[in-house]
Amino acid sequence: MATDQGKTYSAGVKEYRHTYWEPTYQVKDTDLLACFKITPQAGVPREEAAAAVAAESSTGTWTTVWTDLLTDLDHYKGRAYRIEDVPGDDSCFYAFVAYPIDLFEEGSVVNVFTSLVGNVFGFKAIRALRLEDVRFPIAYVMTCGGPPNGIQVERDKMNKYGRPLLGCTIKPKLGLSAKNYGRAVYECLRGGLDFTKDDENVNSQPFMRWRDRFGYVMEAVKKAEAETGERKGHYLNVTAPTPEDMYKRAEYAKSLDAPIIMHDFLTGGFCANTGLANWCRENRMLLHIHRAMHAVIDRNPYHGIHFRVLLKALRLSGGDHLHTGTVVGKLEGDRQATLGWIDLLRERHVREDRSRGIFFDQDWGSMPGALAVASGGIHVWHMPALLAIFGDEAVFQFGGGTLGHPWGNAAGACANRVALEACVRARNEGREVEKEGKDILAQAAKSSPELKVAMETWKEIKFEFDVVDRLDAAKAAA
Amino acid sequence: MSEILEYKSRLSDPRSRKFETFSYLPPLSKAEIRKQVEYIVARGWNPAVEHAEPSHAGGAYWYMWKLPMFGERDVDRILAEAEACHKANPDDHVRLVGYDNLRQTQGTAMVVYRGRMD
Repeated sequence: MATDQGKTYSAGVKEYRHTYWEPTYQVKDTDLLACFKITPQAGVPREEAAAAVAAESSTGTWTTVWTDLLTDLDHYKGRAYRIEDVPGDDSCFYAFVAYPIDLFEEGSVVNVFTSLVGNVFGFKAIRALRLEDVRFPIAYVMTCGGPPNGIQVERDKMNKYGRPLLGCTIKPKLGLSAKNYGRAVYECLRGGLDFTKDDENVNSQPFMRWRDRFGYVMEAVKKAEAETGERKGHYLNVTAPTPEDMYKRAEYAKSLDAPIIMHDFLTGGFCANTGLANWCRENRMLLHIHRAMHAVIDRNPYHGIHFRVLLKALRLSGGDHLHTGTVVGKLEGDRQATLGWIDLLRERHVREDRSRGIFFDQDWGSMPGALAVASGGIHVWHMPALLAIFGDEAVFQFGGGTLGHPWGNAAGACANRVALEACVRARNEGREVEKEGKDILAQAAKSSPELKVAMETWKEIKFEFDVVDRLDAAKAAA
Repeated sequence: MSEILEYKSRLSDPRSRKFETFSYLPPLSKAEIRKQVEYIVARGWNPAVEHAEPSHAGGAYWYMWKLPMFGERDVDRILAEAEACHKANPDDHVRLVGYDNLRQTQGTAMVVYRGRMD
């Protein structure tokens, strides 16, 4: 094998591909692999653009420097090793880059992102750049903490088996007093939901400071538990201006015996998120993760970071729940792509599958999985499709679909619970819940006036718009 | 729009207590229970029967009826054990569990005989 020993220094600008394009490279099991979708500037050859991305996201800079010769660049550099057409789109191509594991601090999603999605995204030689997928080698996965509890532990703690969990985000999202807010929580939980949730915007505003909210909410949780005999929780949002405030809020939640807290991982940042996940592991606390800001980063098909990468980063950083879109509600999400990334969130090993947008095999080793959270514009009529798409390892969150019930939150919650259990029972009986959904719900409504009214209220509402970010493979087929 | 119905649930009324999966549906009929047992068997899970006094049903541990039926694939035998547990403890909730040993969790759990709720 060639080495850099004995090389002489020659100043100037070299084409990146001399150093960073290596199509014969044999990928190592320990390499971190990335697939970028590159839209180059006119006249820039693919190999040069791919090599530039590999260089700028690893050891390279725009010119040769004499200190390159003080190290072993062949050992440390990232390499573009493969180029592929994007199906049905000539304006861009896929570039595969391998990075040696030594480039990254152990257990630091922060460090991985600083390299892979740092300066390179503003690089002039490319018009647009999107990080489509990353293969984290098992050797790196095992340096990360991951979900503080995981799906199995959460099911045992909450005593929920054989069905998805049900939640609701309390609305209006801003402006309620702490006591009125706790009332809304109580009504949802006594009606049959497992969880309620602070809206992501709710932190500690003047109309409702966090201590007051935590106190009233936990009174609501305790009473609903005593009344129903079931275990309940409310995601207390501890997202805060500083890590110190975040931990203070988490400690207070623990002192009130709250089973679960919540964090916004992108606005709060990976440093805060990883620290909070570690705190949750130490303190036997479940951690719900919101994803505000994700669509800014992941929605443009040509530039940014695909959600499946953000999701993998979150699983490494730590969280027991993560919002994944609903496919059927008001928010963006292609069905096959969603099925791909919920596998990446929950399963132990996921195989490459281009029809689901997955570019690499991903081995998670012994790292726990997290529950997928489906939330946004969903109501009882969506229940059969949600169960068919997500299966049991998910939380379905009906905000308006609970609170908007004509008889109030408890009735809305009850309607959702009856609809869910009817669909699960039918699924277990071998029925095709998505096809037979209408019959299954109509039958269940015969013994549930709450469900009957919910079905009458929401039957006309649909969110059938085309998704903006469709899988490239699906676009080419269409 | 129909008249608003009050949601009837009371701390003081034991009948307001629920017991997780399927407790918001009417009690399962014999034929419906059989289908759920078939589901547990088809998934390859290990069936087990547990019971508890309705007033003490909140904890993690109910009384185990004998041992989990490891490897049992005969739906009638599983149903017979659940019924035997019910006959021996007629006032208790009787729960059917499907242990998923590969994922180290319960694949499902449901009350198949509801105990006295008053």
